[in-house]
Amino acid sequence: MGNLLSLTTFFPLLGAIILALFLRGNDEAAQSNAKWVALATTAATFIISLFILFGFDASDTGFQFVEDREWLLGMNYRMGVDGISVLFIMLTTFLMPLVIASCWHVSHRVKEYMIAFLLLETLMLGVFMALDLILFYLFFEAGLIPMFLIIGIWGGKNRIYASFKFFLYTFLGSVLMLVAMVGMFTEAGTTCIAACGPDIVGLMDFTFASETFPLLGFQVVGGMQTLLWLAFFASFAVKMPMWPVHTWLPDAHVQAPTAGSVVLAAILLKMGGYGFLRFSLPMFPVASDILAPLVLWMSAIAIVYTSLVALVQEDMKKLIAYSSVAHMGYVTMGIFAMNQQGIDGAIFQMISHGFVSGALFLCVGVIYDRMHTRDIDAYGGLVNRMPAYALIFMLFTMANVGLPGTSGFVGEFLTLMGIFQVNTWVALVATSGVILSAAYALWLYRRVVMGDLIKESLKSITDMTGRERAIFAPLVVMTILLGVYPSLATDIIGPSVENLITGVETAQAAYEPATLIAEATE
Amino acid sequence: MISADIQVVLPELLLSVFAMIALIGAVYTGKDGVAGLLVWITAAVFVALALWIGYAPAETRVAFDGSFVDDGFARFSKVVILLSAAAVLVMSKEYMERRDLLRFEYPVLVSLSVVGMMVMVSAGDLIVLYMGLELQSLALYVMASLRRDSIKSTEAGLKYFVLGALSSGLLLYGASLTYGFAGTTLFSGIIDAASDDVPLGLLFGLVFMSAGFAFKVSAAPFHMWTPDVYEGSPTPITAFFATAPKMAAMGLFARVMHDAFGGVVGDWQQIVAFLAVVSMFLGAIAAIGQRNIKRLMAYSSITHMGFALMGLAAGTAFGVQAMLVYMTIYVAMNIGTFAFILSMEKDGRPVTDIDALQMYSAKEPLKAVALLVLMFSLAGVPPLVGFFGKFYVLRAAYDAGLGWLAVAGVIASVIAAFYYLRIVYYMYFGEEREALDGATNPVLWGFLVASAFVMTFGVINLFGIEPLAAAAAQTLVN
Repeated sequence: MGNLLSLTTFFPLLGAIILALFLRGNDEAAQSNAKWVALATTAATFIISLFILFGFDASDTGFQFVEDREWLLGMNYRMGVDGISVLFIMLTTFLMPLVIASCWHVSHRVKEYMIAFLLLETLMLGVFMALDLILFYLFFEAGLIPMFLIIGIWGGKNRIYASFKFFLYTFLGSVLMLVAMVGMFTEAGTTCIAACGPDIVGLMDFTFASETFPLLGFQVVGGMQTLLWLAFFASFAVKMPMWPVHTWLPDAHVQAPTAGSVVLAAILLKMGGYGFLRFSLPMFPVASDILAPLVLWMSAIAIVYTSLVALVQEDMKKLIAYSSVAHMGYVTMGIFAMNQQGIDGAIFQMISHGFVSGALFLCVGVIYDRMHTRDIDAYGGLVNRMPAYALIFMLFTMANVGLPGTSGFVGEFLTLMGIFQVNTWVALVATSGVILSAAYALWLYRRVVMGDLIKESLKSITDMTGRERAIFAPLVVMTILLGVYPSLATDIIGPSVENLITGVETAQAAYEPATLIAEATE
Repeated sequence: MISADIQVVLPELLLSVFAMIALIGAVYTGKDGVAGLLVWITAAVFVALALWIGYAPAETRVAFDGSFVDDGFARFSKVVILLSAAAVLVMSKEYMERRDLLRFEYPVLVSLSVVGMMVMVSAGDLIVLYMGLELQSLALYVMASLRRDSIKSTEAGLKYFVLGALSSGLLLYGASLTYGFAGTTLFSGIIDAASDDVPLGLLFGLVFMSAGFAFKVSAAPFHMWTPDVYEGSPTPITAFFATAPKMAAMGLFARVMHDAFGGVVGDWQQIVAFLAVVSMFLGAIAAIGQRNIKRLMAYSSITHMGFALMGLAAGTAFGVQAMLVYMTIYVAMNIGTFAFILSMEKDGRPVTDIDALQMYSAKEPLKAVALLVLMFSLAGVPPLVGFFGKFYVLRAAYDAGLGWLAVAGVIASVIAAFYYLRIVYYMYFGEEREALDGATNPVLWGFLVASAFVMTFGVINLFGIEPLAAAAAQTLVN
């Protein structure tokens, strides 16, 4: 069991290699084989990952299942999970079989499509497990390649623009992070994040210099930490995405195929939030404290502004994409509230958003497969012919709005509670987003599902097939289960988050006297 | 005494003798008829020499009173030079044969230029340096205009020659200033003169020599010849220009900077950093408009030289190590990419327009994947090996306090990513159209796939070049 994490991470890669080497031809049989191999691989990965979940000891705040091997240039291949990452791993392995099942109708280059998704799964899992800076970067950045191809090859009409924008936007953010990582390597002398074994102080325990110094005529308050924090912020804020660097997301979502949108919204965006929790807070606590107001206000603006933008969208996927940006606003707000409720809520919100937004994109996919349009105007009155669809879409719309009883509520409520203790004004602005989200989500639902079925083209539309229902069933269960029994998740998250906050607060407390002294001597 | 010296220069000596025997032998026998055979023999000689040099005992030996140095750094560079030259020779045989370009002078000229390169990286004296450099350059000028009846090829040769002569002039001027102020042409003597209180004239010499080297590595702002020469020369020659001479020139640059001017790192660091930053941005931005893949690769090589210079700019042993790792990876990537370019043809005629790659993946999935890997590797996207090259030089620059250079470098790499991605886009998302045809020569196919394979699986341990490069760098900087 010593290699459980590696096994989970690289199992999808194994499936991809089998597909690449042994699958020939492009006829019906080969296509169906490719899909079955991919489905079996992802399902098996999920089963393997269950061993991580059940073997995980939530009361232990350290890293578990740690693997450590020598690599290059003083870097190590080091993996491990703690309470913060374990749920993201489960989210990924849980969603991937559903994603694969949702693209059963794809017929264009099926083998390559499946290989791309399997590669992506390996890379995403690696991101959540890596305990080495450069290893993390490797997985984080490599994910761009399959996603670029998924959008570019299987995307919609404007896919080339969207794929380039996606790639270059995220690449620019990440390379700045790379320079910061190089800097951290030099400062700390190691790339180990945590659980490094004896003699090495991991980056999480290393204190980066925070003395103010001048740079190009400015006084950099928080010194080195602030610069490093900003570089990481450039990457994670784009990935998240936060207002105002969110503009790649609507394009990418609209152009990506359904399965691509699901992975993007449900998992890839979470890497940003995970990054804040894994790097920004524990490694640069002082800078986080200094720059938290910036993040909080950016989040508040994101929540209100993108909700308003979502209201006027004509394209369903775009609307959901903007709603994702708004929901990610709650996440960043919760993280930078830097208290237990805020961070618990942020992680919870990310997990819940993984299920809900994934399901919403699948809902769009269901009717897109039938009508080949995402225009809201092209629909109306679907309830008359698709009652099951109407029910499921209703459930996820409500979860998106944050109705109590669904998982959406818990995350929103916790983050708002967390932020209220820190900054009442931001909480006030952000809470208005709850109302706005109800407005755009319900209005979308009304226009698509309710009313009379008058459009000629919709008269023959059929309800969901057994396969589609089977895909939604696990998502429905998870959404409601987490809604009524949130401790399922918070019990796992809690201890690690508490540990994180203690560390951050200690570091921040240690900084304050230094500032006071500086002020006193001026 | 002289026999000990001969021992040290034996590989170079043998290769020169081989080149002359090959020349005379071919003239008296079948002339161009034996060219094919000669190519194979030359490549085999290169590989044999590379193995010999590679497995030589790790010691530093000098010959002719220090004017020729055989140390770990020289051996590392020579192995890369010899292997890449052998690869390019083998790759080019079939292409040149079919186009009636395969003359017996070609392998002889390659051998002579390789001798020049080997002397360059081993130079311990300004005169030896110049000899090696000119031997290399003269062979390359002729090779650029190998296709005598093509205006473009002759133009490439002439341009290369005129601008090359100018740069040699700059270099010589710098060398004579250096000699004048240091009183010796030996690097070991110059380093004594160029210590704390360095005379202004010596600095002028340093600047002029740097300009000459910058021309040879095609670093901006001395890069103007590169796109034209790359485009005009026959493609196999372009492949050669893009690999071995770049390694040699970079090795020479590092050799002079550390062996002769190692005491005044602060004085040349800013020059090299400037060359690096200008090259990275110029290469990245100018390549965006290119439709011709050879010109595109020319600008791409300018960007890559900028990155390699970033390692050199660090002025530390780790910087030299990073530069060596970067150059090795760069050469390996370029061999694969040029194997692909050599195979681009339609109706038997070579095609260089990137538009011809539209939807190439539908036709040749495996080759398309291999090129995709190479393009992402050139762009420096992990987990491909190209990323590690970038990571090493960034780290070297940052460690040396050149954080701004590292930031500039990564921004340039994002700009450069655009045109690599565009090739991927043509191959995978483009429109269906009649484009390339022709069966791929198994040799080219092999090099392309092997290069892509190396770029992918190098992530495991970079095939062990890291400790070798570290040891090589240690012998140069200590």
